[in-house]
Amino acid sequence: MTNEAILETQGLEKRFHTDGGLFRREKVIHAVNGVSLKVLRGETLAIVGESGCGKSTLARLLLRLIEPSAGRIVYDGQDLTALTPQAMRAIRAEMQIVFQDPFSSLNPRMTVAAIVGEPLQVHTTLTPAARRDRVAEILERVGLRPDMANRFPHEFSGGQRQRVAIARGLVVGPKLLIGDEPVSALDVSVQAQIVNLLEDLKSEFGLTLIMIAHDLAVIRHMSDRVAVMYLGEVVELATTEDLFRNPRHPYTKALLQSVPVPVPGRRVARPVLKGDLTSPANPPPGCKFHLRCPLVADPCRQLHPALVAATADHAVACHLHDSLAANAPVADPALGRSAAADQRFELWRTHSAAKAQGAAP
Amino acid sequence: MLGYILRRILIAIPTLLLVSIFVFGLQKLLPGDPVLALAGEERDPEVLAFLREKYRLNDPVIEQYMFWLGGVLRGDLGVSIRTNQPVTELIGEKLPVTIQLAIMSMFVAIIIGVPMGIVSAVRKGTWLDYVANIVALSGLSIPNFWLGIMLILLISVNLGWLPASGYVNPWDDPWRSFQTMLMPAFVLGTSLAATLMRHTRSAMLGVLQTDYIRTARAKGLRERRVILRHAFRNAVLPVITLTALLFGEMLAGAVLTEQIFSIPGFGKLIVDAVFNRDYAVVQGVVLCTAVGFIGMNLVADVLYVVLNPRMRGAT
Amino acid sequence: MTDLAQSALRRSPSRSWGKLRANRGAMVGAAIVVVFVVLAVLAPLLPITEPTVTDWAAIRKPPSATAWLGTDELGRDLLSRMIWGARASLMAGVISVAIALAVGVPIGVLAGYFGGWTDQIISRATDALLAMPFLILAIALAAFLGPSLTNAMIAIGLSAVPIFIRLTRGQVLAVKVEDYVEGARAVGLGHMRIMQRYILPNVFAPILVQATLTIASAIIAEASLSFLGLGQQPPAPSWGSMLNTAKSFLEQAPWLAIWPGVAIFLVVIGFNLFGDGLRDALDPREN
Repeated sequence: MTNEAILETQGLEKRFHTDGGLFRREKVIHAVNGVSLKVLRGETLAIVGESGCGKSTLARLLLRLIEPSAGRIVYDGQDLTALTPQAMRAIRAEMQIVFQDPFSSLNPRMTVAAIVGEPLQVHTTLTPAARRDRVAEILERVGLRPDMANRFPHEFSGGQRQRVAIARGLVVGPKLLIGDEPVSALDVSVQAQIVNLLEDLKSEFGLTLIMIAHDLAVIRHMSDRVAVMYLGEVVELATTEDLFRNPRHPYTKALLQSVPVPVPGRRVARPVLKGDLTSPANPPPGCKFHLRCPLVADPCRQLHPALVAATADHAVACHLHDSLAANAPVADPALGRSAAADQRFELWRTHSAAKAQGAAP
Repeated sequence: MLGYILRRILIAIPTLLLVSIFVFGLQKLLPGDPVLALAGEERDPEVLAFLREKYRLNDPVIEQYMFWLGGVLRGDLGVSIRTNQPVTELIGEKLPVTIQLAIMSMFVAIIIGVPMGIVSAVRKGTWLDYVANIVALSGLSIPNFWLGIMLILLISVNLGWLPASGYVNPWDDPWRSFQTMLMPAFVLGTSLAATLMRHTRSAMLGVLQTDYIRTARAKGLRERRVILRHAFRNAVLPVITLTALLFGEMLAGAVLTEQIFSIPGFGKLIVDAVFNRDYAVVQGVVLCTAVGFIGMNLVADVLYVVLNPRMRGAT
Repeated sequence: MTDLAQSALRRSPSRSWGKLRANRGAMVGAAIVVVFVVLAVLAPLLPITEPTVTDWAAIRKPPSATAWLGTDELGRDLLSRMIWGARASLMAGVISVAIALAVGVPIGVLAGYFGGWTDQIISRATDALLAMPFLILAIALAAFLGPSLTNAMIAIGLSAVPIFIRLTRGQVLAVKVEDYVEGARAVGLGHMRIMQRYILPNVFAPILVQATLTIASAIIAEASLSFLGLGQQPPAPSWGSMLNTAKSFLEQAPWLAIWPGVAIFLVVIGFNLFGDGLRDALDPREN
């Protein structure tokens, strides 16, 4: 993981309008409301949040699959929003996406060979024979038998289809891969396989991964940094460990503590969020979370908190992040480990990091 | 609710406009000099020149269209070449006859089609359902003019029970009028009955599978009550709106039926007009039909919203 | 799983084919259609008299050994006229639907795929055309184009265009938002390619069903137009015009009125049965 940004968004916004018509007022939904983030080359960045928080919209904006209402997306130094369709098409070879639903993300009328080979047709000048070879190669790499390439998607299982989707995403050798909840629709046992596959591929191909997910365990396992979204805004951004050990935003804390704990003795009283999930069409003034926040104070009701750096690697958007209450460290419920176990785990982590450093050229 | 109705009416306006453009455009399809179509048998160049002026045939197309449209909005649909009657007058004469036919055939269609649809849905999968489906499919597949001819063969020629043709005004002699209209109404009604039966069946099937029907049965209500009061009431909604839309099918059927039974109605009017190259009448009929159909659609949409308590809040 | 994806799962080609073959009604329908098609195609080769050969000595003869279905008012062999009439009717049915598909489907795809003003204009125009009943529209067009079989086919075809525009547009709207279409855009495919490989192949099933059923309607429409004198002109045989003349001879020669109607009925119900079967096979949720 380097420190340079491969992708950066500046004030990215996406507004959706519901149909007005003659006698109804038009409603505006701020699906993405001013997101400025940097994705570092070589990292795995996770974006988490509840449904409706705008993470899928953000993923599509990053690839310019939908047009932003405002803001810029800078990829490798180039402003994507200013590119012509042709130029954009060429860049698409470098940034690919894997969707959530393995059943609807592959064209039911095309064979797997055609699906995986198509990006090669669009972006390279390889001969059909060369394409076939490359397709076979990539299919093997994702764990599928190349002789099954002439079958149709419906003949494969969910996990296998997701592998096909990944193969298609990687066949032209992109630098950036976005996963829009790529494992959420799979059985738990298959999830682990796909997650491992993604990790292997990432190190082999030197990819930068952006993972959108809502499963905190997967995120904790895979990512380097995590961005937490709520109602279209990033409310916290930190390295994974830091986020899980020391969440600074009340929403993040609530999210982490809502993960069911398998260890009986470790259950803690969870702060239940007050109120209903606010509709994205009707956000409250000030901090969007203030109606549900257990720590709500006066400035929260009027003033919209910006994303500021609490420490060098930890940004949070909350007026109260400095206060004592907000900073009370949270017992690590997701793991349910004792303090001693925590220490030992920390030692192991440092040791693996050092080994990885030593092994890398 | 009122908003919804207003919105529907506003959407209908561009459609009506496009229809008028299409109808106007039809006469541009005619090969040769358009004035000849209006002139009928006349060939005198002076008369032709006069007609050209009168109908603005020398002006650019857009102006011709506006002129024609202006006339239409004032109620002037042109004049029939054959009888020299204004088209609106002709339509006014013939339309009531077809409306009488239409009402009678709707009656026939509902009496035959709806019960068949209900029975077929309730007894789904049994031989009753199977037979009903075949009968409905046959009804859709039989050309209704042939059915008419067969009926005439059987009932008028062989049995002599009913007259084969002719029309009697119901105000003059209701019984005789009924007799002359019975076969045509039956012919027209059966093809509508087939469509009605299929839609009733699928609407009933949809409703019968719902939970509230299961609840009604679980309450111990007698089956007949369940079907008639609960299921049918909810299924009748799409069927009512369909009835309004069947208007279009009915008019098409009327064309042929009136031809066979020599009934001087709206349908026969267009056929005769086609043969007499009476283009103004053809245009007038098509325009009226379209307006009527759009109107019926509007009524159907509004009825649906009014009768469906679930939709009332949404608008 | 989206509904569309689920039904795509269920309608894999092998399963649909199997379902279709199991549907007896559909198979009966297909058999009927095949019989008529074969007869129509082979008409010039069959050992039957020419349909236009008149024989004044043999007018209005009932069915006999020499003329299996009898003769008409000009002494022409009815059976031969029926078989040649099949050519006219089937050709009319297929060609008019071909016209409707060739014009309607691309327009529907454009309207559904691009949306916006394109869609608005196309939809309003389609609504306008659909506001006129199919037969009335066909009659009006045939009237202005002039009576002939070709013009009748064009008139019927054009009258059916709005049906296909609306159907295609609806299907395209549903498919457009599927993930695999978005994936295609993410790969960088252009509009043409997406429409060809992603949209069209996934919408053709309901269009095929509608096409089959429309052939049935088109055959009735052609018969109706011929009956009214607007289609196939005499002396060329057409079931509709045969019925028209038969009307005048109901007492003397009832067979003239029976057979052509039976033929129309059989062909049409054949297509309807097959079309219904196709619909059930391709979309198991329909009932």
